[in-house]
Amino acid sequence: MTTFLVAMVIAGTPLLFATLGELLTEKSGNLNLGVEGMMLIGAVAGFGAGYTTGNPLLAIMGAALAGGLAALIYAFLTVTLRANQVVSGLALTIFGAGVSSFVGTNFIGKKMPVEVISAFVKIKIPLLGDIPVIGDVLFNQDYFVYMGYMIAIVIGIYLYNTRFGLSLRAIGENPSAADSSGINVTVYKYVHIIVGGALCGMGGAYLAVVAVPQWQDNITAGRGWIAIALVIFVKWNPYLAIFGSYLFGGLSIIGFRLQHLNISPQFFDALPYLVTIVVLVISSIRKSKEDSPPKGLGEPYFREER
Amino acid sequence: MRMIKRTDMTKRKAIKIRTVAIIAAILVTSVFIGSIGHNPFKVYISMIEGAFGSGYRIRDTLTITIPLIVTSIGIMIAFKMKFWNIGAEGQIIVGALFASYFALNFSYLPKVVLLPLMFIAGFIGGGLWALIPTFFKVQFGTNETIFTLMMNYVALKWVTYLQYGPWKDPASMGFPKIANFEDSALLPKLFGIHIGWVIAVILIIIITFMMNKTKQGYEISVVGESVDTANYAGMNVKKIILSALFVSGGIAGLVGMMQVSGVNQTLTTQVAAGYGYIAIITAWLSGLKPAIILPVSLLFAVMIKGGSFIETAYQIPQAASDILQSVILFFVIGSEFFIQYKLIMNKRSKKEVA
Repeated sequence: MTTFLVAMVIAGTPLLFATLGELLTEKSGNLNLGVEGMMLIGAVAGFGAGYTTGNPLLAIMGAALAGGLAALIYAFLTVTLRANQVVSGLALTIFGAGVSSFVGTNFIGKKMPVEVISAFVKIKIPLLGDIPVIGDVLFNQDYFVYMGYMIAIVIGIYLYNTRFGLSLRAIGENPSAADSSGINVTVYKYVHIIVGGALCGMGGAYLAVVAVPQWQDNITAGRGWIAIALVIFVKWNPYLAIFGSYLFGGLSIIGFRLQHLNISPQFFDALPYLVTIVVLVISSIRKSKEDSPPKGLGEPYFREER
Repeated sequence: MRMIKRTDMTKRKAIKIRTVAIIAAILVTSVFIGSIGHNPFKVYISMIEGAFGSGYRIRDTLTITIPLIVTSIGIMIAFKMKFWNIGAEGQIIVGALFASYFALNFSYLPKVVLLPLMFIAGFIGGGLWALIPTFFKVQFGTNETIFTLMMNYVALKWVTYLQYGPWKDPASMGFPKIANFEDSALLPKLFGIHIGWVIAVILIIIITFMMNKTKQGYEISVVGESVDTANYAGMNVKKIILSALFVSGGIAGLVGMMQVSGVNQTLTTQVAAGYGYIAIITAWLSGLKPAIILPVSLLFAVMIKGGSFIETAYQIPQAASDILQSVILFFVIGSEFFIQYKLIMNKRSKKEVA
């Protein structure tokens, strides 16, 4: 059981990064369907940087930079040029898949150098790591996993306890009201879309650099879409994102482990999507404010038409 | 500097802007391909060669164009109402699944009976798959973009389940595959290409007529302009959206039927092959106009077919074509801004009155 829970956290970590990234983006009022593409670009950049330099820090930074740059394309199109968000996001996914596959042909079958792998071995946190079960599951993991919790908590504090976070949420709900109260909507959108992309890139890099750690084409295998589902499932709450990501991570590996139960593995594969649909429907029926998407999500903002 | 809505945009000027965008996109992609160490001209020329180099390749390219055209038309109907149906991929799959049910279980029927049956089943399958999210949208305001997206994956897992389980061909020696269709379930060919192309042409004509000349088409465009106006005019908005989405999904379902019956000759998880997503882009780039969907779909089919050719013939990764497609997209969707708006410099530092 403990080994399953440990594997669940590892499977959930790329989802956590991507979910947090998309969550920040959506809070600024932009629906970026390019998560899968940004993860793939981050994965190939992280792998490339780690493979050629042997430096784990450069691998992470390379992934974040590449994810952020990919998101910049989307931000320029949707914020500055007011392009349709759905189409721009899909284009970004095709772009990311293309770039990662094209660049990745140089890395096929290559393994991450030992220097990088050894930087991400499991490290037990003193005291916390000694708690039975929970210690092993949550506090005897690699740095990347720990970084995931910390970023989630930082984003939580940022959103709910800082002035910037409040402004960001205001933009997502009603950009013109935010604009008239003196918030620079464009800057906020750019910053959060780019940081969101960087997080997605890091999520992809976790797969390529730590979890696998060998290059495979299409290494994310649809996790970007699950992350989009997760943002809804966790109701745009970064703290819940931690649990949601591990839960969905668990769903992604449980089918394989329950083969003997005679439940078809495809049922478990479909579960994240079905659960998301149910959550989406319930929250729209209840019309509760906290559970629903930011009001301005998906709408371009035209100051001139205010 | 500020932007204002253009009023002086002529058709010719708009085409000029888009052409410049496409050329710029090709240049940018060339730089990228070149920087990785391939000769971009060789890549493009071999892509065109791959798409049109022989009769066989031309037929292949057109076989890819058909599902793109038909799916784009289905998506267009939804998008006209600002209903962001990105579930065409799933609607294709379920349409294929419904059609395959008849192909596999009623193969003893004569072709003239079985094919129309599959055709109707495909339409209903895709239509129902689109109706589920639409029902929740009109009833509770549930976000349709994400709902339809999730439905794609549910559909995909459903087919995977059937392929590995109940529909597995017993004659395949344990290999997870659904049996090949009998001849009675296969679409006939006309000029070497399955008759889906005739269906595509007929659909373009019907839908163009429907959108421009009928009450239903008028209602769809009113709802797309403003739900309030439609309500005020006494239209039953819910019913309009539901029926339009049934048709939108149904048309995608037809694509599923044509793919299983005309191309793959069986049902696989690859039946939609991403057409549902690419068609969103082709529909959008066509400005939601059926007549323009035709050339845009052909352009994308050339890039897809050309992309797979350069990989086998010259070991240039197929992904080069994905990059080209997406960069063209970036530039064209970005260029729309310059068609709709113009930037003017404020000479005096006048304070902006918003």
